Amino acid sequence: MFDDFFVRATLAGVGVAIAAAPLGCFVVWRRMAYFGDATAHAAILGVALSLALSTSLLVSVLTVSLIMAATVSTLSNRGFAMDTLLGVIAHSALAFGLVAVSLIQGVRIDLMAYLFGDILAVSTQDLGVIWGGAIIVLLLLAWRWAALLTATLNPDLAYASGINPRREQLILTLALAVVVAVAIKVVGALLIAAMLIIPAATARAFSKTPEAMALIAVIIGILSAIGGLQGSYIWDTPTGPTIVCVAACLFIFSSLIRLLTEKTA
Amino acid sequence: MSVECNDMNILSVQNLTVKLEGHTALTDVTMSINKGEIVTIVGPNGSGKSTLLRTIVGALKPTSGKLNIRRNCVIGYVPQKLHIDATLPITVKRFLSLPRTHSTKNIKNTLDLVGLPDVEGRQMVGLSGGQFQRVLLARAILNKPDLLILDEATQGLDQMGAASFYRLIEDLRSTLGCAILMVSHELHVVMSASDRVICLNGHVCCHGTPEIVASDPEYHALFGSGTQGALALYRHHHNHTHNDDGTCNHKHHHEDA
Repeated sequence: MFDDFFVRATLAGVGVAIAAAPLGCFVVWRRMAYFGDATAHAAILGVALSLALSTSLLVSVLTVSLIMAATVSTLSNRGFAMDTLLGVIAHSALAFGLVAVSLIQGVRIDLMAYLFGDILAVSTQDLGVIWGGAIIVLLLLAWRWAALLTATLNPDLAYASGINPRREQLILTLALAVVVAVAIKVVGALLIAAMLIIPAATARAFSKTPEAMALIAVIIGILSAIGGLQGSYIWDTPTGPTIVCVAACLFIFSSLIRLLTEKTA
Repeated sequence: MSVECNDMNILSVQNLTVKLEGHTALTDVTMSINKGEIVTIVGPNGSGKSTLLRTIVGALKPTSGKLNIRRNCVIGYVPQKLHIDATLPITVKRFLSLPRTHSTKNIKNTLDLVGLPDVEGRQMVGLSGGQFQRVLLARAILNKPDLLILDEATQGLDQMGAASFYRLIEDLRSTLGCAILMVSHELHVVMSASDRVICLNGHVCCHGTPEIVASDPEYHALFGSGTQGALALYRHHHNHTHNDDGTCNHKHHHEDA
């Protein structure tokens, strides 16, 4: 079954969607959208490092993403404005990554594959990494769910319940780095944030509880992945961007439904 | 130094100093709360009232000094303000079960207790200010706290709303038997409803029963001279309770005072 590239691609897309959607809900609730973007951009620097040092792509991307997330958390606690900080770090990391890749001699890589993903080239081994990462992220979120939600609502409320919101923030950061690392092959560094945010934002219109929103986001993510793959096959379009396009269409559709139901209500 | 909590105290703070980003918010604060007692902290803006409460719930670390909370003392906390992002869908019922789940029956009873029946299914963001504060209070008392901490819980409520909120808190003290530590700006309400008042301005200016604090020169320096109204209101209340003349008109008496 895994011999067929299309089956592998579908499984890869679904794997990323399952992990990215519930995590994306937290990204949306905590207004961390730009944070996810920055982590993803920094991943390109990880790609360059892995090529230069011939280390595993996963480990390099994970390391750089974590360092970048830790830097942002530390600096923002020291009074820098978060959006400015992310703007500086995200784009510098991306720029340094692109320059570093060009400096590495004797290596010819398809940078487009890292920026926009190359889901059709996913190997069985990649699939293992993606699903392994997805399961780790899901277990992490399930384990900390109540604590994460409480810390998201209000840090002081969390402290009063014996929860350390800083630790929960760290867990989210870690999960974010894992998702970026495993998703870079599927949708690429530039579109990962879309897979985090769009399904969650779409699910908001249909949810009454946080759990429902996470679940609906997963379904929308899976639909986007499958729909995007089919679409790219039919119209011969780049797969990663097509997946995001399908997600965006679902978002527009859900917004329209919300608008209409609110008017009639 | 007797920093251990004795039989009466459920919370004691000794020589507490808290520094925040370079400036000292609290200096050498010593206080304690007994079982079932209502203690109110008053003080001008920036006097460290919220800092003290946040240190007690564990959100801030003391720079020096000791904070003793009796073992197994359950704290219920109502924060100063809680903004729920519109992107986060959450029903009242789900909110009340965070982080620990409670039975539907328990939730229903608690909501009845705070005077909010039939809101379990409502969205938190759709509640009015007064309803929201009552839900926060319900969440704080769901765990059967020994100590209820309220940080300006009536902020944003009108006078009627605030008055009924404080009545509710006094009722809760008698039904739950918990001690209450609160911060408030509404001096007249505070003075009548508290067993003890702590007047804070970076340090403890004065403390004691409402009568003692109200006659303290340091209290006058902070509230008295500039805010005759508040003091007059308090005096009215004082008379009111002694005259035993039932439910009298506040405004009328205030003008008399």
